[in-house]
Amino acid sequence: MSLPTAIETLDFSYDGARPAGRFAPVLVGVVGSGNLEVLLEPGEPPKCRVRVETSARGFGTIWQAVLDDFQARHALAGVSISINDMGATPAVVSLRLDQAVAELAPGAQP
Amino acid sequence: MISYAECSARERIAQLLDAGSFHEWLPPAERVTSPHLAQLGVPSAFDDGVAIGRARLDGRTVFVAAQEGAFMGGGVGEVHGAKLVGLLRRALLDPHGERPDAVLLLADSGGVRLHEANAGLIAVSEVMRAVLDARAAGIPVLFLIGSANGCFGGMGIVARCADHVVMSDVGRLAMSGPEVIEASHGVEEFDARDRALVWRTTGGKHRWLSGDCDTLVEDDVQAFRDAAIAALGDTRPVTVQALEHEHRLLAARLQLLPEALDGDIEAVTLWRGLGVADAARVSSLDVDAVRALRPA
Amino acid sequence: MTAKTWNSRADNRAARLARVARALGPQLNGKLAAPAAITALLEAAIEPHDRVCLEGNNQKQADFLAQALVQLDATRVHGLHMVQSVLALPEHLDLFENGIASKLDFSFSGPQGARLAKLVSAGRIEIGAIHTYLELFARYFVDLTPNVALIAAHAADAQGNLYTGPNTEDTPAIVEATAFSGGIVIVQVNELVGEGTSLPRVDVPAGWVNFVVQAPRPNFIEPLFTRDPAQISEIQVLMAMMAIKGIYAEYGVQRLNHGIGFDTAAIELLLPTYAEQLGLKGKICKHWALNPHPALIPAIEAGWVQSIHSFGSELGMEDYIRARSDVFFTGPDGSLRSNRAFCQAAGHYACDLFIGSTLQIDLDGNSSTATLGRIAGFGGAPNMGADARGRRHASPAWLRAGREARAGRSGAAGTPRGQKLVVQMVETFREHMQPAFVERLDAWQLAEQAGMQLPPIMIYGDDVTHILTEEGIANLLLCRSDEEREQAIRGVAGYTAVGLGRDKRIVENLRDRGVIRRAQDLGIDPRDATRNLLAARSMRDLVRASGGLYQPPRRFRNW
Repeated sequence: MSLPTAIETLDFSYDGARPAGRFAPVLVGVVGSGNLEVLLEPGEPPKCRVRVETSARGFGTIWQAVLDDFQARHALAGVSISINDMGATPAVVSLRLDQAVAELAPGAQP
Repeated sequence: MISYAECSARERIAQLLDAGSFHEWLPPAERVTSPHLAQLGVPSAFDDGVAIGRARLDGRTVFVAAQEGAFMGGGVGEVHGAKLVGLLRRALLDPHGERPDAVLLLADSGGVRLHEANAGLIAVSEVMRAVLDARAAGIPVLFLIGSANGCFGGMGIVARCADHVVMSDVGRLAMSGPEVIEASHGVEEFDARDRALVWRTTGGKHRWLSGDCDTLVEDDVQAFRDAAIAALGDTRPVTVQALEHEHRLLAARLQLLPEALDGDIEAVTLWRGLGVADAARVSSLDVDAVRALRPA
Repeated sequence: MTAKTWNSRADNRAARLARVARALGPQLNGKLAAPAAITALLEAAIEPHDRVCLEGNNQKQADFLAQALVQLDATRVHGLHMVQSVLALPEHLDLFENGIASKLDFSFSGPQGARLAKLVSAGRIEIGAIHTYLELFARYFVDLTPNVALIAAHAADAQGNLYTGPNTEDTPAIVEATAFSGGIVIVQVNELVGEGTSLPRVDVPAGWVNFVVQAPRPNFIEPLFTRDPAQISEIQVLMAMMAIKGIYAEYGVQRLNHGIGFDTAAIELLLPTYAEQLGLKGKICKHWALNPHPALIPAIEAGWVQSIHSFGSELGMEDYIRARSDVFFTGPDGSLRSNRAFCQAAGHYACDLFIGSTLQIDLDGNSSTATLGRIAGFGGAPNMGADARGRRHASPAWLRAGREARAGRSGAAGTPRGQKLVVQMVETFREHMQPAFVERLDAWQLAEQAGMQLPPIMIYGDDVTHILTEEGIANLLLCRSDEEREQAIRGVAGYTAVGLGRDKRIVENLRDRGVIRRAQDLGIDPRDATRNLLAARSMRDLVRASGGLYQPPRRFRNW
């Protein structure tokens, strides 16, 4: 049963080019109003998978555009990105994603 | 000076404990999250708003929990509470024989997470029990209170069950929150937007002068760290005598406010009654000056 | 055949003064009227259909006089035409519901915007026009001259000289127009100084004042320009960095006005830190037309600021201002003298840059804060946020902006002249994911609903020179067609529908030409945009920066 107040789950998958290698999970951000947390974990190359769980429903098109641009910037391969979002604007989402990537091992930095 | 209030829970852990010494239990990647929030349309946090683990403080082993006030106001839900209880119980049973020298709670909470209703309430009561059990086993429990949210509700009660409370003047400690008091008793009785009033009633300076906190510090991570180190040996046995002494103190404090204040500021009257010199200026004095004013 | 009379205004004033004297009797002592007689005073001094200026300033309010005016007998005083800067108090609109006033000319309505809209649609108020502050003051001297001015001052002496102090605001403009056109000036004061005691200084001479009454409570003043640094976000820090490096440094902006908001507070708080690192001290931000923003304290203390002229004061800043008389406009008595009319003129003609935020921007760059169901008005922003076409003196920033706008143009549009930098700074999404960039402003719909002749546009697109968002800066001066302008705007509109509708090829071309510059193009890494860059991150930091001189109002304290 889909409750009108439920969390929206969005899944995205990309083929990356830059292997992220093995790394300890990275967490940035906090799930507060207008904010989000981003968890980066090793995944199956060459995929970069993103799962978004958000309370701000109906913005799938914007998430797609933001993540397309993120992948264009970093082209990571072999990562799994998990997001808990409480209505962050695209600007904050992009910032957190870039902050998370910055904490990866130097080899995976853009 | 790094503002303790501005830091996130994880930044506080990183800044307060010895560099790189924090080992987290039930880290975010394990996804031990709330079973309740999703059906209410509220996002979960991978750590349910609290990071727990083992670390070193000035070379000594401590267990630490840091609540994230930005997530659900730091409200204690079922899992969040279970992590706190687990941490405290582990202190008694640590299988590697590494009994911690203290358990540090970096409190940042409005109390029970109302979304989880009874589960949250039960969790907080279990935390209280676990704190008292740790104390009974001779492990000091230290509370650090200095966030913008303060430490309210059930967590406020837990704080006063601990051995030692460190507060900054920015921090607040109470049971009922200011908005709740105003909603229940009216704005004439308590205007929650009068922030100077809120801090006179619940803030670190007041708690220091009335004896409800044990150390008063600046809003500075280093100051909190130094205070925590100094408090490591501060175990206070929970005895009948200690409880009766506390009861007498509280009863005496109740008598200190006259029926009619005649427009005087309540807090100032109370501080004067407690024997605080320069009571009228407390709100504008800095931490060092207020520290010196606490009656013996 | 009757001879024309040429002194009917003087006769009328004399008649009103005589009526007041008769009505008040012993309750009038020289110019001083007993507070209990305020109703009788107003009923005798005001005539039906008068144009009345009730001092509703941006900050200070003649609230005692407003409350008295609302209580008048509508059969004796009715059909008033209210001319005032701001509708701030409920009483300002009660006048219309009580049948005392029927027509309104004003500038800004802020908290009363929704109620005003309702009264307009119910036909209870006839709005003459909505103005900017300076525009309204100007009309006081042409076709909206008040018959009666009800003003607020801090203190009066026995003769009726007035001290208006830090919150002088609109008073000089109002009183000058009224006193010199046969009008009546009635003032409420907080204090009366006795015979033989002087006021700190004389802001309004007694000869311009007719009646003084001491109010039971000090007049209401609102701290509108205080922004708690704790609420400034990382995105606002990023935008502030882009403003400083991409515009202030680029053009060499020495003289400026900041619109109210957290975005501009972030810029103010980055001067002693980020701008200092860039070596910009002395090269930008010396002279300000600005209210005494607490957020500017760290920059002042670090030696960035040479002068500030203010529209009004700001609660809690009085002692700090006194102690920094080299920077602020203060009297020999040491207290601030503000003057909204002159500060508006300063912002219009003597500043090279205006920067402010907004709610909506369309594809032509028109920007509006109008929202449905509220008639908010304009305040003073359009005067700062507009090219000053009467200006003639040159400055590097003005000349460069003018060259950028006119390069390659011919004829009248290409005649060399300077241009003021007018920057609109806005996040692409507002709260609740409301886009700031829209195809059609709500202002159009509001105009239809409220029967306005024009949509209420705050800053016109052809005055806007730059649009700054978290995605970058669009330099509209360099655009040469409507299509380029539209794509330049889409190119910084982020992931809004407007932004997603961009022509990527054209936007890339604009970026190559420098019409659009992203943070990276300016050498700014968004990950460096943290709150740690702010010179003060809390109200307490501001108090400390001021050496304890700044005393924030209660609502801002957290210690």
